[in-house]
Amino acid sequence: MAPRKSAASAGRRAGASKSAKSRSGKSAKPAIGTEIAEFDKEQELGVYREMLLIRRFEEKAGQLYGMGFIGGFCHLYIGQEAVITGIQHAMRDGDQLITGYRDHGHMLAAGMTARGVMAELTGRQSGYSRGKGGSMHMFSFEKNFFGGHGIVGAQVPLGTGLAFANRYRDNGNVSIAFYGDGASNQGQVYESFNMAELWELPVVYVVENNRYAMGTAVSRASAQTDFSQRGVSFNIPGYQVDGMDVRAVFAAAEAALEHARSGNGPIILEMLTYRYRGHSMSDPAKYRSKDEVQKMRSEHDPIEQVKVRLLEKGWASEDELKAIDKSVRDIVADSAEFAQTDPEPDPSELYTDILA
Amino acid sequence: MVQMTMIEAIRSAMDVTMERDENVVVFGEDVGYFGGVFRCTAGLQKKYGASRVFDSPINESGIVGAGIGMAVYGLRPCIEVQFADYIYPAYDQIVSEAARIRYRSAGDFTAPITIRSPVGGGIFGGQTHSQSPEALFTHVSGLKTVVPSTPYDAKGLLIASIEDDDPVVFFEHKRLYNGPFDGHHERPAQNWTTHPLGNVPEGHYTLPIGKAAIRREGSAATIVTYGTMCFVAEAAVQETGIDAEIIDLRTLLPLDIETIAQSVTKTGRCMVLHEATLTSGFGAEIAAQVQENCFYSLEAPILRVTGWDTPYPHAQEWDYFPGPARVGRELKELTEAM
Repeated sequence: MAPRKSAASAGRRAGASKSAKSRSGKSAKPAIGTEIAEFDKEQELGVYREMLLIRRFEEKAGQLYGMGFIGGFCHLYIGQEAVITGIQHAMRDGDQLITGYRDHGHMLAAGMTARGVMAELTGRQSGYSRGKGGSMHMFSFEKNFFGGHGIVGAQVPLGTGLAFANRYRDNGNVSIAFYGDGASNQGQVYESFNMAELWELPVVYVVENNRYAMGTAVSRASAQTDFSQRGVSFNIPGYQVDGMDVRAVFAAAEAALEHARSGNGPIILEMLTYRYRGHSMSDPAKYRSKDEVQKMRSEHDPIEQVKVRLLEKGWASEDELKAIDKSVRDIVADSAEFAQTDPEPDPSELYTDILA
Repeated sequence: MVQMTMIEAIRSAMDVTMERDENVVVFGEDVGYFGGVFRCTAGLQKKYGASRVFDSPINESGIVGAGIGMAVYGLRPCIEVQFADYIYPAYDQIVSEAARIRYRSAGDFTAPITIRSPVGGGIFGGQTHSQSPEALFTHVSGLKTVVPSTPYDAKGLLIASIEDDDPVVFFEHKRLYNGPFDGHHERPAQNWTTHPLGNVPEGHYTLPIGKAAIRREGSAATIVTYGTMCFVAEAAVQETGIDAEIIDLRTLLPLDIETIAQSVTKTGRCMVLHEATLTSGFGAEIAAQVQENCFYSLEAPILRVTGWDTPYPHAQEWDYFPGPARVGRELKELTEAM
């Protein structure tokens, strides 16, 4: 019971019935997940550039991996760019991000530098974790990015605890905890749901459903494949969102953040998305057909969608878009150059940052 | 100074830190309204309110995970895991998140969380309410592991733990909550309220984490131990008349090898004594460090006296738990070994 603000709130919360109401269309507001935000020219150009940065960065990371500059594990975000980009645009200063191991896109969207992320991938001293973290483990207190966690689902209770701290301090911030369709089956996710609803914590749970947990398709691992409904028994409302359309993501994220920020407790957004590459660099992705991947790429690509709109509306010419691509490629090339030439950490780093 | 049981001293430590720092929050199963299964948090909710002292659902992984999330954002959660035997579901969070977040964020984040948990046997709790899992935590770099044996130490070390910027696992021996227990289960136990070590300052004080105490000075052998076994060792020394030095580690990690090495260099003989099982127990680490530091002073092999390598028994608890008779026998052999 503890951190409830008042006894009256117990009766006020009726997440499930509220969501059912809005789903049936009786509510004046459209149900979360059904709305597509109208972007103006500046917004369209902004998300285009930001998504492109993530894609080009990831392509370069894949190349550096192939060349042997990045070792170990490297999980690329290509195909899922609209999810973090749309959410980031809906966030307010002070809101926190925390995610799993497919985290490069989240860090770039949070405003962390391409140089710092790439240098961590190559294990250099200027990497965000000075080479101690690697691909899955980067952080930035300054940018309110709380990691980068390699244990599937382990970040979800942490995101819940961040929300507790927000509530405790009454600072108006919302914590956004990302996890995947695979992590959705971890027990600690449900422990988190229970605590978050019980204590009415300002947290948005974002399930990035990219259809495969490594090589296991959702249908082969999940009894309930509608992940937005996984909070039903806790009275947590949840909505499915087209995670390939950055405008849909943005609209849903705005509504969800408002819900959490207004003291209504947690909310779940299931982003229906797709990763084009394998789970990690060593995954040839033989568990799905090339046609399936090609169909997503040609019909639903998040960046291509924006590009088409920009051209159709006359908000940008082909040349202008090429110039954006060039500027993004320059940033990425610079980060790659930096990440190959930056010195490796001093051997003494092995023994620092273990205890205070 | 007032006389306190270990329970009262632990409660007082939380009380004092909550009073001083509003970032301190206390929670766990039955901790708020009920006041804790061993009453360690009794009265705190009433004093500080339900937003700072509260009940959690029964989900250790979630409790610790949420606590880490609070801690990385500046709170100082002091969490109770009701029995150390329940800590295993939280092991992932303790090891992969709390202990490691400082390192893999290169110091950008830290998790100043204190996890209190009752350990040890002697209460006929059977397998799932009696274990001593400390070695699972001393194996983890990035964690501190504290095991006090007296009310005075418990309070000073718990305050130090809550104020520490690193995650601390704080194990409380159940058999020591109300009084020093010397292993003679058939005799009535003394209560802390009549014991000099139950004399505790009411206000704020800390004891350094990582510093052992010499409970008894002696010259015939060194007994390195912690928790309940400190008092078992004292009983064995009294009953055999062997002049052993008794070191109470108080903190297992960081280990105060300096105090141990000084003593063993003086006595030439070393017994490591703990309630937890033998193989890969914390005694193995102590023995290894003693031979590294004191090899040329040793006059006999280092001896480990521990719980047997079995699951924790129920009916045969007193055959499992090293008692004064067994410790005395082993001590005699150690001091007579050539």
